[in-house]
Amino acid sequence: MTGSILTVAATEIRIGMRNRWVVLAALMLLIFALVLGLVGTSPTGTVKSDPLVVTVASLATLSMYLVPLIALLLAFDAIAGEVDRGTIQLVLASPISRSAFLAGKFLGHLGVLGFAIVLGYGAAGAAIYAVTGASGDGLADLVRLIITSIALGAAFLAIGYVASASVRQTGTAAALAVGIWLIAVVLYDLGLFGALVANADGLFAKSVFPYLLVASPADAFRLYNMALLDSGATTTSLSGIADALPFPAELALLSLFGWTLAALVAAALIFRRLEP
Amino acid sequence: MSAPVLQIDQVSKTFQSIRALDGVSLNVAAGERVALLGHNGAGKTTLFRLILGFTKPDCGSIRIAGEDPGTDVARNAVSYLPESVMFPKTLTGREIVTFYARLKSVPKTEVDPLLERVGLADAADRYAGTYSKGMRQRLGLAQALAGRPRLLLLDEPTSGLDPLSRQDFYSLVDDVAAAGSAVLLSSHSLSELEAKTDRVAILRTGQLVANASLEQLQAESAVPLRIRVRARHDSVVEVNERLGGARINGQSVELLCPVPDKMSRLAAISALGPLVTDFDVSQPSLDEIYRHYSTRAEKERKS
Ligand SMILES: Nc1ncnc2c1ncn2[C@@H]1O[C@H](COP(=O)(O)OP(=O)(O)O)[C@@H](O)[C@H]1O
Ligand SMILES: [Mg+2]
Repeated sequence: MTGSILTVAATEIRIGMRNRWVVLAALMLLIFALVLGLVGTSPTGTVKSDPLVVTVASLATLSMYLVPLIALLLAFDAIAGEVDRGTIQLVLASPISRSAFLAGKFLGHLGVLGFAIVLGYGAAGAAIYAVTGASGDGLADLVRLIITSIALGAAFLAIGYVASASVRQTGTAAALAVGIWLIAVVLYDLGLFGALVANADGLFAKSVFPYLLVASPADAFRLYNMALLDSGATTTSLSGIADALPFPAELALLSLFGWTLAALVAAALIFRRLEP
Repeated sequence: MSAPVLQIDQVSKTFQSIRALDGVSLNVAAGERVALLGHNGAGKTTLFRLILGFTKPDCGSIRIAGEDPGTDVARNAVSYLPESVMFPKTLTGREIVTFYARLKSVPKTEVDPLLERVGLADAADRYAGTYSKGMRQRLGLAQALAGRPRLLLLDEPTSGLDPLSRQDFYSLVDDVAAAGSAVLLSSHSLSELEAKTDRVAILRTGQLVANASLEQLQAESAVPLRIRVRARHDSVVEVNERLGGARINGQSVELLCPVPDKMSRLAAISALGPLVTDFDVSQPSLDEIYRHYSTRAEKERKS
């Protein structure tokens, strides 16, 4: 059982390496991180706070959009693609159970994604450290960002599997994945902040808004990272909210893990009914 | 004797308006090779998908090693080679067989011998994306043979193979059956099947119209033998007059002879003495038997 899960995971990582997925994802993260870190922080970097801390703040926003996208792009193919290409028949005829197969895919994709994030953000962090001569205070923040980015990726991998198990064509699954990204990441966030602007000081801003924020995995991720950053490093509308949450910041992590678990269970249940 | 590895009892399956399988019953015992014959659309693949638990029958029951399809026991007992087998393009042949060997808890040391057995040792380190249809088929066979399955399901396994590798293929199947596996293989092209299976089951538009050994089917179907008598140039007309039958290609006469009349027919031929130079008896081919059962089923339906 565990052996089978690891076998599927290892194969998935191997395919990820060969398809250049890992390299592509890492490069994408690295380039965006460098642009934000080196270009974006140069004016504020000279004021008072550690450039790395400032970079982490902008990387949190970057991750919120980019990591779910990469995760969904990895995940949409997991089941629908194998059905479409006809490779799933042999797997489902072999002794591995469907849940174990899904678990293996998840572990493998998490490995690919984790590797890309560590590589991309790690390299960016090192570069910023070398160029700006950051104090090193931001190191813990960067590590936290990397770990929570992987957790964010896990949630969207699982959500991607729900989409992938629900349809039979790769193309449909891809469209579904992009749609999920648009709605769950981009539009949800836009809508929420739009509502906040319309009702900046009311009941909504104080007691409803933070809960709506933490209910979405992408916003929960950013909220958590902002809340734990040294305040003063950034002055966005979000950092004010993050410093005055009506609940402990750890609730955001719970939201991430809750989404991951719920989506994995849902994907497994849908997958069980699939006729290859 | 133990119960058959595969027991299919009165299984029916309907897709929308198509009755893909209609009351099919079939058993396959350990060590037995059964050929499932039928034209395209007869329901062969559907039967395999039911045995694998990919889809459920409307009624009837299927047991594999005494368990329901799709259960852990059943998945461990069955190996499958799909009709058009596909593999991840960026994995090598060896990696793919290793992958399935691991899933089947087969030691890694058996991977290379398996690749050798199906003739892919030289291509083992190439990506499966570069393989031809026949090579994919053999790779699929290699993974299916891993770990001595109790039931081997092969859906049109020789359709992509050239005649030479077909021979190798059937000798592999013989080895596997001799080692105790139950083998169920399907085919719509009959020529290469003869005498290579213990039993032939003929499926026609979802119904099992025959299920017996080739000899039994030959006898039961009463498809006549074909006797070809060769005569000299100048005697062929006389031979034709005395024996009846039809003249073919100038020098030969072809007779259709019911199996029970075989000896008396042969006596008549030898009585012709020097008029005849040679003769040749051919058993009813599977093709003819197949045609017999197919059309009979159709006639019965119409009446
Ligand atoms: N998933 C399906 N949906 C609808 N019809 C199907 C499906 N699978 C098979 N059929 C129909 O069932 C019949 C038997 O198909 P199949 O088992 O693939 O035949 P064979 O393998 O003998 O060529 C065909 O008429 C086919 O069109
Ligand atoms: Mg078929």
